[in-house]
Amino acid sequence: MPIEVLLVEDSPGDVRLTQEAFRDANKSIHLHVAMDGIEAMAFLRHEGSHAHDPRPDLILLDLNLPKMDGREVLTHIKEDADLKMIPTVILTTSDAEADIRKSYQLQANCYLTKPVQLDAFEALVKSINDFWLTKVKLPHQR
Amino acid sequence: MKTKAQTGRAKEVLLIEDSPGDVRLTREAFRDADASIHLHVAADGVEAMAYLKSDGNQPESPRPDLILLDLNLPRMDGREVLAYIKADAVLKTIPTIILTTSDAEPDIAKSYQLQANCYLSKPGQLDAFEVLMKSVTEFWLKAATLPPRLKA
Repeated sequence: MPIEVLLVEDSPGDVRLTQEAFRDANKSIHLHVAMDGIEAMAFLRHEGSHAHDPRPDLILLDLNLPKMDGREVLTHIKEDADLKMIPTVILTTSDAEADIRKSYQLQANCYLTKPVQLDAFEALVKSINDFWLTKVKLPHQR
Repeated sequence: MKTKAQTGRAKEVLLIEDSPGDVRLTREAFRDADASIHLHVAADGVEAMAYLKSDGNQPESPRPDLILLDLNLPRMDGREVLAYIKADAVLKTIPTIILTTSDAEPDIAKSYQLQANCYLSKPGQLDAFEVLMKSVTEFWLKAATLPPRLKA
């Protein structure tokens, strides 16, 4: 069964790098992309053009996003009785203590800081695959 | 990239586990993976709560950077401990990993509902258990950015 991952990221460069790194790590991942917070919520709520999109098994969420930022998206996810069960991993360039603390307070499942170096970024994506998509028991899809 | 608060300091891990055998295996696996981990053990839910309520003020019970929580525990079970941690404004930021032999769907669902940070099923085989512990240390203590220390 394919693993559905929603990447919420506005940088086309980072989207492409993440796509490539996941493709190398695990062929059974379907990576879906939302370029801003509004689109992410529409995807999760199956609204508009996302009516037939699957429920993600894992969400990778950038903090700094246009229209609706990642903190707000995280708040909506974790206040929703159904969506809150989807593991939501923050993946951002910020390593500001306030962002880290706030994300864990909002019950992000984990916080990852995007490395600037390309090979370190690829290693991080691989570690997401190795841990979250290989070792962790994810909640069953309904 | 790590914040200054995360480098050069031993990681404090609280293991809440009633099986002495599993405690020992976890201790050994952590020691092999990363010698700088301080592993603290609570053998049941009540003991875990006493540890967590001391709020990092006791030198022998520093605030954990990471909690590994079994679900089936004597006196107060892991679901109750998890619910308490995640309802507490100060404790809720500590990543709490469920580590249990159960792979029952209701246990997995309930744990994520209570906002466990992730759910791991203990493998029966010893070498698979060691591999899992290694991946926990690799991911949570190296790849992940943990919440910063609270200011004293």
